[in-house]
Amino acid sequence: MTRVAVVVFPGSNCEYDVMSAMAQLGASAELVFHSATTLGDVDGVILPGGFAHGDYLRPGAIARFSPVMTAVSDFAAAGGAVLGVCNGFQVLTEAGLLPGALQKNRGLTFLCQPTTLVVSSTRSVLTRAATPGQELVIPINHFSGAYTCDDETYASLVRHDQIVLRYRDNPNGSRDDIAAVSNEAGNVVGLMPHPERAMSTLLGSADGRVLLEGFLGLGVGAGAGRGGGVGAQ
Amino acid sequence: MNHSVIVEVTLRRGIADPQGATIERALPALGFTGVHSMRAGKLFRFDVEAADAEEARATAQSLAQRLLSNPVIEDAHVRVEEVRPA
Repeated sequence: MTRVAVVVFPGSNCEYDVMSAMAQLGASAELVFHSATTLGDVDGVILPGGFAHGDYLRPGAIARFSPVMTAVSDFAAAGGAVLGVCNGFQVLTEAGLLPGALQKNRGLTFLCQPTTLVVSSTRSVLTRAATPGQELVIPINHFSGAYTCDDETYASLVRHDQIVLRYRDNPNGSRDDIAAVSNEAGNVVGLMPHPERAMSTLLGSADGRVLLEGFLGLGVGAGAGRGGGVGAQ
Repeated sequence: MNHSVIVEVTLRRGIADPQGATIERALPALGFTGVHSMRAGKLFRFDVEAADAEEARATAQSLAQRLLSNPVIEDAHVRVEEVRPA
């Protein structure tokens, strides 16, 4: 069984949604508090959404200095699968594990709505079970979700196929409609939409499954391996 | 010596500033014309214990870069305001 650590910061609020999604997919997940210095014996790490440390200063700015982030960085550097959802994405950019930054939405509006995403790259741990061009309906729930980076970083993202998901109809002013990016190796991914809230057609959409299944290494061919298989060094 | 420091953090040139733009759009309704290039930012005021102003500035500069601003999108401007006996 795939084992996943779900990191909890003071102010995280999506950790139980992630735990529920992991259970539905047959993974064993446990909560790891921000003050922990180790992640335990896990195959993947998820940083859930919320408002870590109240989003004071900037979303993710304080959380990146949490003791657990050293363990997350080490795990990522060893090729482990790391996923940041919404506030978790913001934490990963602040920590320098992902390029760019998330800025206030265009129009200064808190957005809480379903969005249609288009799979742009399938070489990341999040999208390895999806197909290029596949459309997924997954909700967003954020105020600072406009992906921003300088021209040099953008060129590098394109060159290394690091743009993972794009919005079909850009809701927040993200550069080039970017909804998710990965690191160069593809084992660290951040996205603003919430796949853990798209697990059941009864509740609107089950399109989050293909992403989280991919993250867990389910539904992909031999060679992709369990969490951490892509880009392991 | 106690050095009073002010750090201004603003979005870098070329980075969209929806907050500044919204403020600027509200100005004509109040009768303000000819006001442009509005940028919203943050101001931090704190004291640093240091031997001299240069040391205080270096400390403030470092913490402004590492914590108060995100250099990907923001610039930080440090001012050492005044010196008082500790």
